[in-house]
Amino acid sequence: MVDAAKQSASEKPYLSIANIVKKFGDTTAVDGVTLDIQRKEIFALLGSSGCGKSTLLRMLAGMERPTAGQIILDGQDITKLAPYDRPINMMFQSYALFPHMSVADNIAFGLKQDKMPKGEIDARVAEMLDLVQMRKYANRKPYQLSGGQQQRVALARSLAKRPKLLLLDEPLGALDKKLRQQTQLELVNTLESVGVTCIMVTHDQEEAMTMATRIGIMSEGQLLQVGTPAEIYDYPNCRFTAEFIGDTNLFTGPVVVDEPDRVEIEAEELGGRIWIDHGITGPKGMQVWASIRPEDVRVDRDPVAAGPNAAKGSVAEIAYFGSYSVYHVKLGSGKVLKAMVPVNRWHEANLEPPTWGDQVYVSWRADMPVVLTR
Amino acid sequence: MNNQKLSPFLKGMLLLGLLFLYIPIVSLVVYSFNDSKLVTVWGGFSTKWYASLFQNEQIISAVELSVQIALASATAAVTLGTIAGFVLARFKRFPGSSLFAGMMTAPMVMPEVITGLSMLLLFISMQQLIGVPAERGFFTIWVGHTTLCMAYVSVVVRSRLLEIDQSLEDAAMDLGARPLKIFFVITLPLVAQAIASGFLLSVTLSLDDLVMTAFLSGPGSTTLPQVIFSKVRLGLNPEINALASITVLVVGVLVIVANYMMLNSQRKRERALAAAMRESSAG
Repeated sequence: MVDAAKQSASEKPYLSIANIVKKFGDTTAVDGVTLDIQRKEIFALLGSSGCGKSTLLRMLAGMERPTAGQIILDGQDITKLAPYDRPINMMFQSYALFPHMSVADNIAFGLKQDKMPKGEIDARVAEMLDLVQMRKYANRKPYQLSGGQQQRVALARSLAKRPKLLLLDEPLGALDKKLRQQTQLELVNTLESVGVTCIMVTHDQEEAMTMATRIGIMSEGQLLQVGTPAEIYDYPNCRFTAEFIGDTNLFTGPVVVDEPDRVEIEAEELGGRIWIDHGITGPKGMQVWASIRPEDVRVDRDPVAAGPNAAKGSVAEIAYFGSYSVYHVKLGSGKVLKAMVPVNRWHEANLEPPTWGDQVYVSWRADMPVVLTR
Repeated sequence: MNNQKLSPFLKGMLLLGLLFLYIPIVSLVVYSFNDSKLVTVWGGFSTKWYASLFQNEQIISAVELSVQIALASATAAVTLGTIAGFVLARFKRFPGSSLFAGMMTAPMVMPEVITGLSMLLLFISMQQLIGVPAERGFFTIWVGHTTLCMAYVSVVVRSRLLEIDQSLEDAAMDLGARPLKIFFVITLPLVAQAIASGFLLSVTLSLDDLVMTAFLSGPGSTTLPQVIFSKVRLGLNPEINALASITVLVVGVLVIVANYMMLNSQRKRERALAAAMRESSAG
């Protein structure tokens, strides 16, 4: 059964969003997004506020009508379907629990709209309460619950109708940080045990990386990159993604050498060349960017062999994080390069860690930089 | 609540302010028990004015009419005002929406003399053209009071609706409820308190309205404020003192009950919230 579902899913996407556009007057909130989601996937739309991710979610829920484009869920065109006719449910950022109804009545609300027989409703509500471990709070009112408990009730309510697609709008945004980390995994476990297909919207990259099987990065209404958390982090396809996910050092310059086995970029700010061990497809002289993650930068006290992928600088700032420190190294051009250095890097080499103002040498391997063309 | 001590000066000013506000009312109540027919001369304790009040047919029928009109116009005002408040708070802008908003609140800022006069002119020309309303009385007063009260209700309901998280209605729609059902099952219960206070406000407004009523009433339909006003014009009368005292008593009791109910529900809420917080931090 599960295998059959998997097989059909691999043939055609479960949810297919085709060229969706949403305009509010003159402003374009969502600008031609195309996206396929497989069954049982937990997909995260990640972006800063105002990037169009919430509008996209509201179009999936039916709260907004797309200006153009098509949404197909499980073979059914739902683009023009009213929210109350869609097999989709949403968990709202504010949870939107009905304040005048008990926890059990909140969960039963959607089932009552479907005119489900009373016995079945009671059974389903009990099942949902068990799922989120809220059985003993069934008769409480929402204001008698803590934030974490409210979140669980909201989840139970949105799962009660067994939706084909579950939408999560900043699912943990209303919780404080400590509770959020704990709840992330709990939420993923619940979603996976139910086996529901999920799209969540978040601005918190850690939340997206922890919870999602795939992530879509959105900016200014466009979907810039889609991939697994590792793909997005290791192979960003544009500057926005590289800078948005994790931390990075960006250098720009023209391509001066482009061979099948290497590319050299003349990076003015580095005061030298960046050498990358694979070729790119593009004309020579093209302006490109090289992204180098702070954890890939090596810091030395002694001069390293002069050449590409290396520079001299002085320590401008040190941020201590316990097991590692982030050094802000000021290069000759004035550009500050961030390097993440494990604490035992110095212990192992029997060296005194560099301190403010010290002269250091930074370098990285030729397979580390990622070339970005936009 | 506040342990800060008031300075003697502030205390004095507070006392003065309270005296200014309440001495007239207290003296009114005291003199309603005056045995003398002269309002300004104390002639001993008596309740005879209360007794004569309840035998005064004119006053009794005026009270009946006023209460009927108040309840009828409050009901109509709440119905229409709630719908108008909902439109103002929830509908997207439509052609003429700002005109509609202005027209809704106009009766609040328009001098009542103008509203009353224009309504009178309307009713007279309607009577000449289509014969309805046949005479001025209950119906015309009711229409006038409803217009006035509806404006207040729509303002109260609208501001309450704007306070409510709109995602509650979105959530209900997402869970399969249709707009009309959402209005009755989600929106209406959440604004019930605002509607109730709008109702009370309307009753009060209608009960003591004199100006508009003067334009819209006809022979045989005299409301309580009109009776009082006409009696006072003929000279002060201890009977009116008694009537006013009863009004003060009724209003006072209503206000105290309403306050107590509100405080009680708020305390219950706070206690429940505190209990939930304790539990979650313990567990």
